[in-house]
Amino acid sequence: MMRNGREHRLGWGLVAPALLWTLAFFVLPFAGMVALSFARMEGRAIVPAFDPGNYIRFATDPVMIKALTNSFEITLVVTVISILLAYPLAAIIAFRIPPRWQRLALLLAVLPFWTSYVVRSYSWLLVLGQNGVINRGLSWIGIGPLELAATRAATVIGFVHFFVMLLTLTIYANLIQLSPNYARAAADLGASRWATFRLVILPLTLPGVVTGAFLTFVLCIGDYITPQILGGNNELTLPQLIMLQLGRSGNFPLASALSVILMGVVTLAYVFSAKWVRLDRV
Amino acid sequence: MSRFASASVLALCMANPSFAQELNALVWCDHADPALIQPFEEKFGVKVNLKEYEGTAAGLAILDQSRPGDWDVLVIDGVDVGRAVEGGHLAELPVDQLATADFFPEVVMAANNMVGGKTYAVTEKFGYNTIAYDKTKVDPADMADMTTLWSGKYDGRIAIYDYYLPILGLVAMEQGVATADITAETVAALKEPLFKLKAASKQVSDVVSSQTALATGEVDILIGGGEWLTAVLAADNPNLDWTIPAQGGLRWAQSIGVVAGSTQPDLALEFVKYITSPEGQAALATSSCYWGMPANTKAGEVLTPEQKAVLRWDEQTEFLARSQLYPIPDAALDTAMQDLWTAMLQE
Repeated sequence: MMRNGREHRLGWGLVAPALLWTLAFFVLPFAGMVALSFARMEGRAIVPAFDPGNYIRFATDPVMIKALTNSFEITLVVTVISILLAYPLAAIIAFRIPPRWQRLALLLAVLPFWTSYVVRSYSWLLVLGQNGVINRGLSWIGIGPLELAATRAATVIGFVHFFVMLLTLTIYANLIQLSPNYARAAADLGASRWATFRLVILPLTLPGVVTGAFLTFVLCIGDYITPQILGGNNELTLPQLIMLQLGRSGNFPLASALSVILMGVVTLAYVFSAKWVRLDRV
Repeated sequence: MSRFASASVLALCMANPSFAQELNALVWCDHADPALIQPFEEKFGVKVNLKEYEGTAAGLAILDQSRPGDWDVLVIDGVDVGRAVEGGHLAELPVDQLATADFFPEVVMAANNMVGGKTYAVTEKFGYNTIAYDKTKVDPADMADMTTLWSGKYDGRIAIYDYYLPILGLVAMEQGVATADITAETVAALKEPLFKLKAASKQVSDVVSSQTALATGEVDILIGGGEWLTAVLAADNPNLDWTIPAQGGLRWAQSIGVVAGSTQPDLALEFVKYITSPEGQAALATSSCYWGMPANTKAGEVLTPEQKAVLRWDEQTEFLARSQLYPIPDAALDTAMQDLWTAMLQE
């Protein structure tokens, strides 16, 4: 009994630093943000209140609803394309490249991580421009120039470039743990290679895919820099709208309300994918 | 008087090494050029800590969240000096110690820099938000008339500078409305021409993206551009030019002042005096971040003929006469303008 009590206190003692850290740097700031989201602006002054006006404005203002749907659409497209590109890449690294070269292959795959995110975005602007590498290449075969820079496509390309690397890592981590005996057993039972992949490999690697997809979703839907630089401000995403409220309008209550909504969206995404998310696979 | 004050600050700095070792200034990026700051640091033996910000709201938020004494000097949009004074962020300046008598008269802008008969800031740099373009890609004669931008001739080749105040001011001027006459009630009339301009444009972009787009040929025209955007590119891109069309252009101006509650107001004042001196003005005008006209006419004695040519020094009399000031919105007008701008971005 005494031992149990001591173990109980020891357990709390070990967990306490993490709890205090979370309380100080997440729970309290988040509570402050929620409280601020119910304040209102009077002129240029923030007036403490319990006013749901900012949330009502979000629900009734088509510009704001459109910002959320833009964010959703972009995130969905980016996540799907990134999975479709990352899975084969991870499979090639895991199954086709000899083990001694796999580390180097992974290093090369994540090389773009080493450059600044902002610099990488501006670099894409140059690559996708009217006189950029892609349009110059296309002009040699008589195509173009295509309108790529300052479009949603540019935003998606910039995101995909980043998130393919992330997904490759999470999927590779899953694939490399799979015993080759699964594929052999399926083959013994007469399964084709496609059936083996669809019925055996894919379900077993789903946690890695979903974990990477969830991280992609969270990082993509909350990103401000890529759509701001590559999208040409031709449409607004929710983070851009939040930044407009912060940097230009000084409307911190509305920015807080929009941030709470963004947080809610991310939480919902986690709830939907929680069954498969395995952060230990990252 | 001025020399005495400078000598006093210098003597204090040298006598007491712990005094005024660091000066904290909340500034725009043009102040971060070492060529501007180093001479002051060497003269007074201090370190100037610079924090750059963009947008008055962000700057005022930083001040709101700071303790008295955290900041000594503030650079702010000329039209927003009143907001900073209203928030209690600026201290009164001894105007008799400043070189405003040497300023271009049009940019002294007492109505902006003074509140209740007291001077809280002085103009340090100005320029124009107007039309910048690649003169090899467009007909320069077309740029002399702002209506060309709505004509369809340059659809898809235009970028809009992403700042609502000057662009809405330019749209108003194209509509024959003076910037001073824009009100919360009349701003809605700007929606149609603004949205048409957006439809004719390829992008709405910040400074770096606008420069990149113009320099790489992504667009040929930047509405809202001016010398502040093209001058730093002039050496590599001599084809980039700017003009003020018949309808006029917007004149921007940035002001500098001493932050209320500064623990070293004398040194902060010396910094303001240095920045508005001919030497400081010449360095600020040709800052590596962006160029702009110095407020002090005597900077012309320090600038080279080439630099003055890029700044269109000799045409300033005409440009000043043809330009209008930024709209100075109250809270209601500001909200209306920003809502319209946000809707345009989302359109």
